[in-house]
Amino acid sequence: MSLMHWAILLPFIFAIFVPILYKYIRPVHTGWFVLIIPTVLFLYFLPYISSIANGETFYEAVPWVPSLGIDFAAFLDGWSLLFVLLITGIGALVVLYSIYYLDKKHEAIHNFYVYLLLFMGAMLGVVLSDNLIVLYVFWELTSLSSTLLISYWFQRDASIAGAQKSLNITVFGGFAMLAGFALLYVITGTFSIQEMIGQADVVINHELFLPTMILILLGAFTKSAQFPFHIWLPDAMEAPTPVSAYLHSATMVKAGIYLVARFTPVFGGAPEWFWVISGFGLFTLLWGSLSAIRQKDLKGLLAYSTISQLGMVMCLLGLGSAALYFDEANELYTVAILAAVFHLFNHATFKGSLFMCAGIVDHETGTRDIRSLGGLMLVMPATATISLIGAASMAGLPPFNGFLSKEHFFMAITDATQYGIFNMETAGMLFPVIGWVASVFTFVYCCIFFFKTFAGPFNADRFAKTVHEAPVGMLISPAILGLIVITVGLFPNLLSQSIIEPSMASILNGLPMDNEAFAVDIEHWHGFSAELFMTIGVIAFGSLIYVSMGKWKELSIYKKSEDVFSPLYDSSISGLIKGSQKITNVQMTGRLRDYFAYISVFFLIVVGWTMIRYDAFAIDLQYISEVNSFEVALVVLLLVSVLSLPFIQQRVAAIVMLGFIGFLIALFFVNLRSADLALTQLLIETVLVILFMLAFYHLPELRKETKRLTFNWTNALISFGVGLMVTLVAFSAFTFGQENDFSPISEYYIENSADLAGGYNMVNVVLVDFRGLDTVLEVLVLGIAALAVIAVIRLKLKEGDDV
Amino acid sequence: MKWKTNNLLFIHVTRVVSFLILAFSIYLFFAGHNDPGGGFIGGLMTASSILLLYLTFDKRKIDEMLPIDYVSLISAGLLIAFGTGFIGLFIGDPYLTQYFDYFTLPWIGEFELATAVLFDVGIYLGVAASALVIILTIAGDQ
Repeated sequence: MSLMHWAILLPFIFAIFVPILYKYIRPVHTGWFVLIIPTVLFLYFLPYISSIANGETFYEAVPWVPSLGIDFAAFLDGWSLLFVLLITGIGALVVLYSIYYLDKKHEAIHNFYVYLLLFMGAMLGVVLSDNLIVLYVFWELTSLSSTLLISYWFQRDASIAGAQKSLNITVFGGFAMLAGFALLYVITGTFSIQEMIGQADVVINHELFLPTMILILLGAFTKSAQFPFHIWLPDAMEAPTPVSAYLHSATMVKAGIYLVARFTPVFGGAPEWFWVISGFGLFTLLWGSLSAIRQKDLKGLLAYSTISQLGMVMCLLGLGSAALYFDEANELYTVAILAAVFHLFNHATFKGSLFMCAGIVDHETGTRDIRSLGGLMLVMPATATISLIGAASMAGLPPFNGFLSKEHFFMAITDATQYGIFNMETAGMLFPVIGWVASVFTFVYCCIFFFKTFAGPFNADRFAKTVHEAPVGMLISPAILGLIVITVGLFPNLLSQSIIEPSMASILNGLPMDNEAFAVDIEHWHGFSAELFMTIGVIAFGSLIYVSMGKWKELSIYKKSEDVFSPLYDSSISGLIKGSQKITNVQMTGRLRDYFAYISVFFLIVVGWTMIRYDAFAIDLQYISEVNSFEVALVVLLLVSVLSLPFIQQRVAAIVMLGFIGFLIALFFVNLRSADLALTQLLIETVLVILFMLAFYHLPELRKETKRLTFNWTNALISFGVGLMVTLVAFSAFTFGQENDFSPISEYYIENSADLAGGYNMVNVVLVDFRGLDTVLEVLVLGIAALAVIAVIRLKLKEGDDV
Repeated sequence: MKWKTNNLLFIHVTRVVSFLILAFSIYLFFAGHNDPGGGFIGGLMTASSILLLYLTFDKRKIDEMLPIDYVSLISAGLLIAFGTGFIGLFIGDPYLTQYFDYFTLPWIGEFELATAVLFDVGIYLGVAASALVIILTIAGDQ
């Protein structure tokens, strides 16, 4: 275990202590203790920047399940480091913000911080794991903690609904991704991403390439809220705002982007990869920005804007993968990757601060509805200033960082038309057009966000609370993010060599570089290029649309803010539940006899088919030993007692007869000289008879049937078939063993039980030593059955209740 | 579990026999390593001796006499059984490795100590308590 492993595990370990701290140190807000964790982790990873920038990578592995090739392998390169710094840095700011956002008296903050730390550790695990199985485990943990955080205010129905939706969609994608990982293992024979990169050619030319790619992208797209899986993100806004700022804009939703970039060296260069990612990304960009405009809820608007921006980064990653097709680091293609990395960082900063501002507005005014907000500029000047910086950056205005990455985005999509591959010269023309249109709408919703909240006349009567500026502590975090927005905007090259270049190097891993770094030089002024005119166009048209808002806000399409895909999701979920209930009700009749019939028929079909398929029936009586008269007598007695059972009129007599049959079977074991089995059989029969006797009280009287008994041919056939099948299989197995001269496994136990386990009773030695795990798990099953009996009997369903 | 008739013979025989069965079940438990018996059989037999008491006497009376929470006994048994498995892990062998050794004690002679016995205690408790819980719950249902 290296220090890096402990860094991943630290949040999990600390989460154990959170409830204790909460319980015993009540005067101090628990958040102050939690704040230590991301801060320490941030400071621990910060010094890695210089060595990573020099092209170093760090790899530490601890064996976990070595026989299956599963190691707890931590791998740190530029791309991971960017995420680690976002997770810990923004994590620290969010925890600080949450201390003021969540009241320690009225909120269950210990739950909140346990979930938050769970998420932090899981997210660190996702971005630092090199082993796909370990990555998958952490990946699902992020889904789980995200769900827990969305349902934090679980008294509200909307929170629960949003949490379920996010869990359904992201876990669906996670399962698909696991299948994709399994296929990748089939292709490459390894779970290590770094080893897969070396086999990229094998992967792309393999016949399973397309299913593998689609399955993995399903995981990435559901997590990163790409169209049409984006519908969970707006509903996730039911979470407390610190969570929205942290998970649902800055970190977790970018896990899909992380994964796509991570796999770019493996899949990149294939036209399918290029088109699927850039196409879905581009459409998500447009769809998100169009939907964002229609939102009346501040956080809803930010959610759709996040979807849109994630689509933009996804699209850029798709375009940039062309560099791997050409196998050269030409700036024509790499600029897309540069824009993706740069925008990812910028988005985390400005969107984080905007979410926090929206949270402040909600916290101080009691509403997030833009139709009732307005005029807060003079009441909350600090919040308004930070929001303005964030919104301007998001809209792509100079001199903020969003402007720079937006310029690079325009550069990348106009360059894309000149790739000359994958039909980019024709269909590729859509990229600049759609990208530009989406940017216009982005500008419009930024205006809506800022002006509808802060501009206009202030009317104190509209708010339930007395509105005032937020406390200083709440403003620190968004202010720091706002400062980063400005600093990066003014001095973009602070990041270029330290963060962006190493990240690009990991995404475009494997390109022939001649040991040179990517040229990353970000400047405000490019001359009168196409990008500049596109930006000017965006501002002009965007302002025009915003100013004419009074006209188009009466349109019915504006009034309806719900996504068209949400009803589709709802109806399919309820359909699924109803359908499975129907299927279950058909087979679950509540009659034990039917269940026995199912089991028996299934057994007959499966065993019978297998035996016939492999022609395994082989009966040869020459190996069979002598049958003595005692055994004959036992069998006759057994047959007589079994056949007499259905004709017994009284229940007590039937129970006694059943016990008698059991004792007869015990006599068989005695005859075969297996004392332990005979003892067990005797005891089980005794206990069973007692059970029947005790339950006797509850059983109904056996009714006197006046009508003639009809012989049930189906049941007779099934029971006869099962008996015949078991007999035949037993005979065949015995004959097979004799003919092929198999030595029974009991030989091993006979020889070794005294030497290896120190016991002379072989049966017991097998139970407690050789197969100890089987035994203990059987007792576990027994225990669970006992608890289930309690549950069934003490918590009875009422008449008409359904499971 | 209310027997209307006061079966004197049954009651008096049970008083003696149930303890004999209990003693025999403990003997069977320890015999298990080298002779027929063991945790599973011993547990079942213990359960049947206690069940015999329940069959003969009033449930309330036996509950007072043996105030044992069988549900927690199940978990105790499972914890012991699973827990002994960790001995192997600490020594560096696979989970659930059992150990034994022979000792010579004065008067008693050669004597064997095995971790499997500890494991078997867990099985014994788990089986006995599960059987009792299942049967008593069904029987106690109104």
